[in-house]
Formats: sequence, structure tokens, C-alpha cells
Amino acid sequence: MTILLSLRGVSKRFGGLQALSKITFDLPQGQILGLIGPNGAGKTTLFNAINGVFPATGGHIIFRDKDVTHFKPYELAKMGMARTHQIVRPLNELSVRENIMVGACFGHENQDISNAAKIADEVMEFVGLMVRADQLAGSLNVAQKKRLEMARALAAHPVLLLLDEVLAGLNSSEIDNMIQTVLKIREQGITIIMIEHLMKAVMNVSDRIVVLDYGMQIAEGSPEAIVNDPKVIEAYLGDPRLAERLLEEE
Amino acid sequence: MKRWLHPGFWLVFVLVVILGLWPIFLKNAATREVGFTILLAITMAVSLNIIMGYTGYVSFGHVVFYGLGGYVGMYLLNSMDASLPVAVLGGGAAAGLLAFLLGKAILRLRGAYFALVTIGVNEAMRTFISNFKPFGGPTGIELQFSIYKPYGGPAQALWLTYYAVAAISIFAVVFSYFVKSSKFGLGLMSIREDEDAAEVLGIVTPDVKTMAFVFSAILPGMLGVLFFFKNGNVEPRDAFRLGFSIESLVMIMLGGQGTLLGPVIGALGYQRLRGLLLTSNLMIGSWALKDFQLVISGILMLLIILFIPSGLIGWLKQRIPALRRVLL
Amino acid sequence: MNAGTILTSLVDGLLIGVVYGIAAMGLNLIWGVMRVINLAHGALISLGMFGVYLLFSNLGLNPYVSLCLIAVLGLLMGVIIYFVGIARVINGPYLSTLLATFSINMIIIGLGTAAFTTTPRDIGFSLGSTQVGPLTLLGTRLVAAAVTLLVTAALYTFLYRTRMGKYIRAVSNNRAAAELMGIPSSRVLALSFGIGTMLAAIAGGLIATFFSFTILSGDLCQQKSFIIGVLGGLGNPLGALLGGLILGVLEGLLPLAMPNTWVPVIEFLLFILILLIKPSGLLGGRQ
Repeated sequence: MTILLSLRGVSKRFGGLQALSKITFDLPQGQILGLIGPNGAGKTTLFNAINGVFPATGGHIIFRDKDVTHFKPYELAKMGMARTHQIVRPLNELSVRENIMVGACFGHENQDISNAAKIADEVMEFVGLMVRADQLAGSLNVAQKKRLEMARALAAHPVLLLLDEVLAGLNSSEIDNMIQTVLKIREQGITIIMIEHLMKAVMNVSDRIVVLDYGMQIAEGSPEAIVNDPKVIEAYLGDPRLAERLLEEE
Repeated sequence: MKRWLHPGFWLVFVLVVILGLWPIFLKNAATREVGFTILLAITMAVSLNIIMGYTGYVSFGHVVFYGLGGYVGMYLLNSMDASLPVAVLGGGAAAGLLAFLLGKAILRLRGAYFALVTIGVNEAMRTFISNFKPFGGPTGIELQFSIYKPYGGPAQALWLTYYAVAAISIFAVVFSYFVKSSKFGLGLMSIREDEDAAEVLGIVTPDVKTMAFVFSAILPGMLGVLFFFKNGNVEPRDAFRLGFSIESLVMIMLGGQGTLLGPVIGALGYQRLRGLLLTSNLMIGSWALKDFQLVISGILMLLIILFIPSGLIGWLKQRIPALRRVLL
Repeated sequence: MNAGTILTSLVDGLLIGVVYGIAAMGLNLIWGVMRVINLAHGALISLGMFGVYLLFSNLGLNPYVSLCLIAVLGLLMGVIIYFVGIARVINGPYLSTLLATFSINMIIIGLGTAAFTTTPRDIGFSLGSTQVGPLTLLGTRLVAAAVTLLVTAALYTFLYRTRMGKYIRAVSNNRAAAELMGIPSSRVLALSFGIGTMLAAIAGGLIATFFSFTILSGDLCQQKSFIIGVLGGLGNPLGALLGGLILGVLEGLLPLAMPNTWVPVIEFLLFILILLIKPSGLLGGRQ
């Protein structure tokens, strides 16, 4: 079991605010890791640190046996890391196909333009955007944009995929579809970290879960263990005694 | 190979070839002068479009490459006895080098700050060259009349520069299409749409932007040499005239930024309009219409900004989707 | 060169610098409130110059009296320009407002050139000079400095002591939130733009009492205002005054050490450097 990503004491400080404190965990290849926590816990901040957008101010991030703590986002993309954003960022004036081709062209496979077009077709088939291939990305609705965001990340054939709230804003049938898609992605051998608020999805999909609260890592383990962890319940509900009562009731 | 069959490209290519060959076909010096001005405008607009329309970095001071290239070329011609081709290449290289060095520094700025700093760069260059003795200070460089001898005399030299400008314009259009349809171009347009997302997707933005900037600078540098060679002299005021870059901006906006055809049509339209105004004898009261060139350009640009910001080609593509295949 | 000449040059530079600072205050205000770089500022400065000139040569009106009228006209012009050219694109990409203000500049300068041609004008107005120790101070400079202080105090009072001023600060802080609080942002923006142009016109009027000028001088002053504005921090109207002082020092002292023609080079290089190193200016906070 190779460890693909390793976080050692990762911290992030914005001026006076300690957004992340000593986050530490290992991510084996092929695993789906769920990253949960109340709003403002620092989940997207952690993604930004791993992805190089706002690098960590303390600690180390080791990806594919290299210390990438201060690498730029494009360097990490070239190493096989891909990511979706919580608030989608389509390349508006480019078509759906062109958007996805960007992923293939500049990801770690560095495809040329004609291969990228072929890969784009495959990925569009996979996420179900084929019919909109020539439509401008800016004209899609939210659910379609989310699928585009995912497609763009997949086109790079990444080794590690960071998914930031891919289920937000979707209705229940769209959610079921997306969950199936995520599982299919894992079948292709891609390792995934998923930030998600939707408990049902996270519990059913993740192999392991890390819980953040106020930038600190308060729990880590299997979905069943996390659900019963009083610290986790307290973080979401705010009242430790309520947590005890709920657990007793079970 | 399939990209070379695109009708949108051939439309633009043929248009520029016709424009280029027209005065040669007519063997007419007056038409040649008009053609020279139009082709110059087209090439400046097409070059600026690479950094502005494709990459999204709006430069107000693009004339600095034209001016510096022109000065370097004139210096080579005057003080180093260089031949015209060497001078032209030298001007292009100097402009490219300036873009490379500048790019690393100023492309870090975004949006309006970048636009502002390009004005500053142009003004700094202009005032510096006005003080730079080897380049003739405020009086500039003046060519001896004998410089035209090796080319068969001034009349022949004028035709020669025209052929060169025509060739450069055709090359500019081909190059612009090549960039737009390549992986490099895809990277540029991604930066334009969302630079941060582009970085996450793996585009090495600092290098890509600098390359685009260099590409956009070389041809103006070469054109500068040809223009001032023809002119016989170069002065700081003429070489670094801010209005010249602004005109290129207006032409791009008129035609449609980020498109292949847009800058060409925009330049053509703007130059024809300007020509009409300058030669018109229309009077409004006691004022001649020709004095209103600046006002009319301003009104034109304001109307475009307010009502059709995507320019003529952009507007046509929105209104008539069938044309999207043909209007690149 | 004795201490007297140096000191005189320095003080003269300072006194002129703060007047440019008024124009820069206008620029900074407009940028601070609505994130618009007003490339039409130079045109308004030119109009201020010509306004004072025309009123003086045709009606014999004292320049400082016509300044009040010019200020009001500058305000009105700004509001009109806002509604005609800028309101429509205020929420669009930055390029739109940039080019919109630039086209307005072209229109005004074009009309001005047609109306006034490019012959230099001079009010020929003098208030004599006073000797203060080794310093020779020109009357016009002193009065202009007094006006500058007055205008700055008035602006400060307006922004921080009146309700409209509070609205303006709210809108510049967070336009959407201000609208949700019921602040009529469109009117606030128009007024802010108008105040900005009013300051430009006032600066123009004062500069007309210093030097001769043409319709194109406004653009030169605009460039200096940009340098000052960037020095002081583009969002900071009061920082513009500091920028004006710094520029004044440069323009006062540099000509003593080098040929006059090198001064603009230094100024533009400084402009570029500040934008690259600290775009929020010397007084600006973190971006």
C-alpha cells in the first residue's frame, strides 16, 4: 500500500488568524478520503494549501515522495494533482469541449491538441456532457457546470483528485448520479479527497474520514467510528451534553 | 493539419492578401501610401490582439515596442551602416527583448494596474530616449538621403518597404491564427477567462504570458523600423505617441477583441473612416470636419463600449449563430 | 547655488506639488469609491484652466472667485459624464470603464482643440512675491496652498462629518451591502465622480494662475496626478496630499542636480516602481 499524499503538521496562518493547525494524516493510493467539518472549519483552506494556491505557512506536504509544500499549482498539476472548486470556475467564453481539453493539455500527461480532443470526447461521454460539447461554458446551469468542473479535472488523468463540495446545489437524483460517478472514478485507480457536507454521501462513499473544526483535526477514522465520536457530534451540534444524550439514546 | 482547412482563416488570409497586392497591382504610389497605412494599422492591431484579446492583458503603451524597434533600427542604419533587413530584424529583436525583460516584471500586475503601468513604461521610455545622446536626444535620428541609394533611390526604396510591410502583415495574420488554434493559444485564452483556474489546471502562467507578450512585440518593432526608414527621421514624440497605441486599441474593440478577423476589420474600418474625415471638405458652421477626428473616434469608441463591447465580429457571432463557423 | 536658492526651489516645488495633489485627490476618490481609473481627469483639468482663463480675460473676474464657479461646473460635468458614459458599464469588466473614460477624454480634448486651438494661453495674473528670510515666495503659490488646505479640510469634513460622506464611504467599502442598507448607490456614485472631477477642475484653475497652458496641458497634469495618486495610494484621497508633497520635493530639488529633461524620467520610473512594489501606495494598507 503506497502512501500517495502525506500531511505532516500542516498549518496556515492569515495574518492574525490561524486557519489550520498541525493537520497530519496519510493518504494511501486508491483510497477515498472524506474531509468534513462545520462551515469555516478550514476544509477549502486545506485544499488550497495542498494545491499550492495559498501555500502552508507551517509543516510539510509530501506528494508522490516529493516535498511539495511550496510548489505552485501548475507544478502540482504537472505531477498529477487535479482539483475542483467549491464555487465553480468555468472558462466562460470557451466551449465545453475546449474547457475539458485544457485539462488534458496542461495536466501531467501534457497532451497535444488532437489527443486532447479525443480525451475530451471520452470524458464528456463519461460525465454526460457530450450533447453540450460545443456550447459555451458560461451558458450552462449550475449542475452542468459542476460536471464540467469534474470533467476538466478528469481529463488530465490525475493521480490525486481533490473534490470540493461536488454535491452542493444538486437535487437528489443528480446527487445519486454524482455519487456513482465518484465511485467509478475510484475504479479507474484515482485517489480522491472529498470535501462534503452531505452526510449520507460522505458516509457511503468514503473509506476513511478526517474531521476539521476551527482549523484543527479533531477526529480521524472509519465512517462508523466518526459518527459515534462525541467530539465530532459536539463540533456540529455545539453542545457536549447533547452529544452524550444522543449517544445514550442509541 | 485539419486546422488549416478552417474557412474562417482563409477569409482573413485572402482579405489581407488582396489588400496587400492591390497597390502593387495598380502600380500607383498614392494607393501604395494608403495601403501602407492600412497594413501598418492591421499588423499593429493583430499583434496587440495576442496579448490583449487572447490573453486578456490590456496594454495602453504598446507603441513602446514600435518606437524602440524603430529607434534601434534607425540607429543601426545610420550609425552602423546596417542594411535594411538587418535593421528590421534588429528592431524586432530589440522590441522582443524589451518585452521579455518587462514581461517578467509587469505581467505580475492584473487588470487596470497593468494598463496603467504600460502607460508609465511608454512615457518613461519616451522621456528617457529624449535624453539619450546616442539616439539623438530630443531631435532624434535623421537619415542621410544617400541611405536610399543601395535600394535604387528613394522611389524604389518606398516600394521595397511596402513589399516588406505587406509580407509582414500577411505573416502576422497567419501567425495569429496559428497561435489561436494551438495548444499555446488555448493556454492564453484560459488565462484570459480565469487566471487562477488556469494555474490550477497546469498552465505555467508566468512563462506563457511572457511569451505572448514577446510575440506581440516583435512585429511592431519591425514595423517601426520600416516606417521611420520611409519617413527619413525619427523623433521621440513620433516614436512613442500614446495616441498610436490607443488607436490600435480602438481598432481591436471596433472589430472584436480575441477574434482573428476582428482586428483586421476594425483596422480597415477605422483607417477608412479616418481617411474620409481627413480628405472631406465638409464644414459644420465655421468648423472643418477634419478637425473633429479625435472627437469622432472618441464617440465611436464610447458607443462601442456602451452598446457592442464585443465589437462587430463578436456581435455578428452572437446574432447569427450560423456565422460562428465562418467568423473566427 | 546657495541655501536660499535651494530652499526657494524646494518650497516652490512643494507648493505646486500640493496643487497637483488636489487633482490626485479627485482621482483617488473616484478609484476608491467605484474602482474606476478616470482617464478623463486630464480633460477636466484643462477645462478648469480654460474656465478660469476665459472668465478672467472676458469678464475680468478674479481667478479665485471664478474658482467657485469652476468648481460647481466641474461637479456638474462629472455627474453628467457619469450618467452618460459610465453608469451603464460600472458593473462590467474593468476595461469598459477604462475605455469609457478614455473616450470621453478624447471627445472633450477634441472639442477643446477645435474650439481653442493649441496656442498657449497665459492669464498673466500675478500677486507679486514676498521675502521670508532667504526664501522668495510667489503670491500665487501661497494663495493656492491656502486654497489647497481649505479644499482638503472641506473634503475631510464632508467625508467624515456628513451623512452623504458616510454614504460615500459605505459604498466604497461594499457597494452591495450599502444598497441593501437602502443607500441610493447610483446617486452616490454619480456624486463621488462629480466631486472627483470638481477637484480636477479646481486644480486646473489654480495651475492656470501659475503657468501658461494649452488644451493639452491637462493630460500632462493627469500624468503627474497618477504618479501622486499611486504614491499616496490609489484608494486614499488624503494620501494624495502626501504624494503631492513628495512629487513637489522631487520637482523642486531634482532640477538643481540634473538637467530638467531628466526629471520626468525619474518620475515615471518611480511610478512604475511603486506600482510593481506597493500598488496600494505609501500610505495604503495591505491590498
